[in-house]
Amino acid sequence: MARFLIPLGVFVALAIVLGVAIKHSPDKENIASPLIGKPTPQFALPDLSEPSKTITTNDLKGHWYVLNVWGTWCVTCRAEHPMLLEAARQGIVPIIGLNWRDDDDEARAWLNKLGNPYALVIVDREGRTAIDLGIYKAPESFLVNPQGVIVYKQVGEITPEVWQKEFVARIKGTTAGKS
Amino acid sequence: MRLPRFAILLCALACLSLLAGRPALAVDPTALANPALQARYLALTHELRCVVCQGETIADSNAWLASDLRRQVRELLVAGKSDDDIRGYMVARYGNYILLKPPFSLRTAWLWLAPGVLLIIGALVALRIVRQRSAMVAQDTEPLEEEVRS
Amino acid sequence: MLPELGHFALILAMLLAALQGFFGIAGPALGKDRWAAAVTPAVAGQFVMIATAMACLIASFIGNDFSVLYVAENSNSALPLFYRVSALWGAHEGSLLLWIFLLSCWTVAVAIGVARLPRQFAARVLGVLGVVSLGFLLFTLATSNPFLRLDPAAPDGRDLNPLLQDPGLAVHPPILYTGYVGFAVAFAFACAAMLEGRLDQAWARWTRPWTTSAWAFLTVGISLGSWWSYYELGWGGYWFWDPVENASFMPWLVGTALIHSLAVTDKRGLFKSWTLLLAILAFSLSLLGTFLVRSGVLQSVHSFAADPRRGIFILAFLIVMIGGSLTLYAWRAPKLKSQAGFEFGARESFLLFNNILLVIACGTVFAGEMAPMISDALGLGALSVGTPYFNPTFALSMLPLLALLAVGVHANWKRGKLGDHTRVMVITLVVAAVLAIGMIYGIYSHGKILSPVGATLGLWIILTSLVDPIDRWRRKLTLSRAVLGMAVAHIGLGLLVVSLTAVESFTEERDVAMAIGDRASLGGFDFQFRGVSPAEGANYDGQRGTVVVSRAGQQLAVMYPAKRNYWVAKTDTTEAAIEMHGGSNVFVALGEDLGAGKWSLRFQIRPLVNFVWLGAGIMALGGALAASDRRYRTAKQVAAQTAPAAAPGGATPVGAGAE
Repeated sequence: MARFLIPLGVFVALAIVLGVAIKHSPDKENIASPLIGKPTPQFALPDLSEPSKTITTNDLKGHWYVLNVWGTWCVTCRAEHPMLLEAARQGIVPIIGLNWRDDDDEARAWLNKLGNPYALVIVDREGRTAIDLGIYKAPESFLVNPQGVIVYKQVGEITPEVWQKEFVARIKGTTAGKS
Repeated sequence: MRLPRFAILLCALACLSLLAGRPALAVDPTALANPALQARYLALTHELRCVVCQGETIADSNAWLASDLRRQVRELLVAGKSDDDIRGYMVARYGNYILLKPPFSLRTAWLWLAPGVLLIIGALVALRIVRQRSAMVAQDTEPLEEEVRS
Repeated sequence: MLPELGHFALILAMLLAALQGFFGIAGPALGKDRWAAAVTPAVAGQFVMIATAMACLIASFIGNDFSVLYVAENSNSALPLFYRVSALWGAHEGSLLLWIFLLSCWTVAVAIGVARLPRQFAARVLGVLGVVSLGFLLFTLATSNPFLRLDPAAPDGRDLNPLLQDPGLAVHPPILYTGYVGFAVAFAFACAAMLEGRLDQAWARWTRPWTTSAWAFLTVGISLGSWWSYYELGWGGYWFWDPVENASFMPWLVGTALIHSLAVTDKRGLFKSWTLLLAILAFSLSLLGTFLVRSGVLQSVHSFAADPRRGIFILAFLIVMIGGSLTLYAWRAPKLKSQAGFEFGARESFLLFNNILLVIACGTVFAGEMAPMISDALGLGALSVGTPYFNPTFALSMLPLLALLAVGVHANWKRGKLGDHTRVMVITLVVAAVLAIGMIYGIYSHGKILSPVGATLGLWIILTSLVDPIDRWRRKLTLSRAVLGMAVAHIGLGLLVVSLTAVESFTEERDVAMAIGDRASLGGFDFQFRGVSPAEGANYDGQRGTVVVSRAGQQLAVMYPAKRNYWVAKTDTTEAAIEMHGGSNVFVALGEDLGAGKWSLRFQIRPLVNFVWLGAGIMALGGALAASDRRYRTAKQVAAQTAPAAAPGGATPVGAGAE
């Protein structure tokens, strides 16, 4: 009576699917970005320190850089800030800040008070570039290679471990999954 | 036999159910002037997930990312993009997760066809069992309980 | 001290559960009566130990003992007392303890209830429940101990998630779990029958009240969750096909099929192996739901913190319980054949269709729920499934079911042709259709293509369910609780369907930017915005808006939508203001501060939405009524039925003449 074995068979298949799902689950916490391996989206945004000046994607090509999305309203960004200062101090790669949906004066005051880890801060007041980058919460950071291709995205704050393992390792070319 | 009439009734009901209506109109303070565009806007915003809320559509969410995404949909509609273009735009940035309605493709065909296939199988199984049991009624002499109905 | 006591109590409980499982299953298998008798004390002992553990954890919460990690993560000294207790099930570890506690409560009830049943069978049932309990206790002690200490103790706690600081959500988990866990009883009855190698109509009669009660609790639990999300989440939705919602809905669908299948097995001795399979399936889906919510494989606003290690443990547990019971099924089920027959228009036929459609509906939800995982596992890429999939596919199986229900309540057992009862069916259908059209076009003046179908079906079900009870009452016949319960439950369903149709068809919604003194109108109601003022609570501060609602010039109410910021948990919530008016809900939520004294507000008119939950509540009431029918409880009848089993060759067929 083979048909009585069908339920068991279905369950075995299900158990396999669940097993695979568990294996993949650490990756599930954050939404996977479809932008990995693609060029940075085109943008033209004002510089925070000189609002009349516009920075475009092309201006940033030619060397590694980290794009860090932040805002003064973001509590986790505040927690991440010391790590960014430390990373900037190491001088391995410039950190470009993307000030997301914020107020220019408050942003400048924040950086004055807490220290400025950014080589440059561009301002996305309306959030369009953030959407192009697939941002859904702050802080998020992108690692971009000299050809302008996004090689890694970090959702949430950068911790010292993450910095070494995901960012520095890739820049120095010591990670297998570099790009 | 009465079966065909019954079957037709069920099929008709099944077909009607595919036209399941959407919730009534949600009017944004900044509604689009063109009613056709507005209708597409509402349909699309109810199909896109608010990725920062994890549990609402961008039509319903109070989050400002949701309102930014709604603005994006509006602008794309006014620029003359098709519904597929707009969905593609969102997926290119946020991945498939932003879609609440899985696209119908070779990879998802099984999902969309499953309910219909299950219903057909179910109908066939039901028919077979009822036929079998009907044939057994004559030989079934066991008395029923007093309460015939229940 | 107390946490250690609680921890120790859990360890003892685990040992007792092991004994309960061992004696309950090995005893009857090996013919050792003394072992079988030892099961009941084990049940009692386990209950005492688990209750002790619960009491210790509750005491830690009430006493603000922040040296206990779980308390520190989920409570706060500013948290009101009521929520300090309900915080117990606010996160993974505590909710597991609640699960275990409720299972123990059910087991005690079952131990009392099966006292009149054959000893060996009773022992097996309790033994299986012991094994389930053992699995959960092992899981808790190994991976999710709520009594872990924090050293040094935290100065204060991280506060309970503000979304959970609400009376509706405080009671939702206990009631939901009572239902969820209750299906373990049907599962245990099924396993006991399989272990014994025997399943008869008496078995179905014993199992029915337990299953129906669990189903009733689950119905209420799910409705509470839906009602809560309606007024708490700020956007007026009540069902999102969220993976965790689905995880509780799937056992409900199968549970509904099960209670109907049990009726057929009880009355006619039919569908035995199918009922067995459903009993296994219902609890398996409960276990699967537990897995999905706690293992990190789902992305959901509901799910507990992810931990793959827990996922692996529960998966192993699933394999043992579900794999084990399904293997038993494959072994025993082929022998369960019955020779009963029934005609096409008989009640059995309709219940068969009911079961098939419910299981297909569950399969559809299952497909949507698992699709992201299946797609990922098969390498087909990422997939996301939401309302636009679930709504139409679910309706596809549900609409035929509703129509068949309206027709099927008239059907007799065993014999029936489709032409029977045509007059009653047509009359009730016509009346229902007229009422439905009247409601749609008379009251609301517009509708979608499906509105008349849904409203007619719902009203038709209500009318046809009334026919039999009224007829019996008029002819002065007895109306047993079982029959009354069935009618009430179906009426509840009909009401649910009508109100769902109304809500989905006629909801009106508007988002408006308003300055103080501005007016807006929607659906015949006028709203005037009177401004926003600060508002503070025990552990939050926020803004409270004032909106005056009037209709045709008459002021109806003043509404206070609010936004709260919980300073410790650092979360914002939106507290919508809801006003009931003649069956409809007027819903106002505060949006954003747009600056310059302007705020965005959302207005919604939701017709008949309260009847959605009322309908579900009536359904559950019907279930409770049916479960309490005397026929399930009379000891004499149980003895009469077991007598033939004890005297081989006894001529009394099971089930006949017992009533």
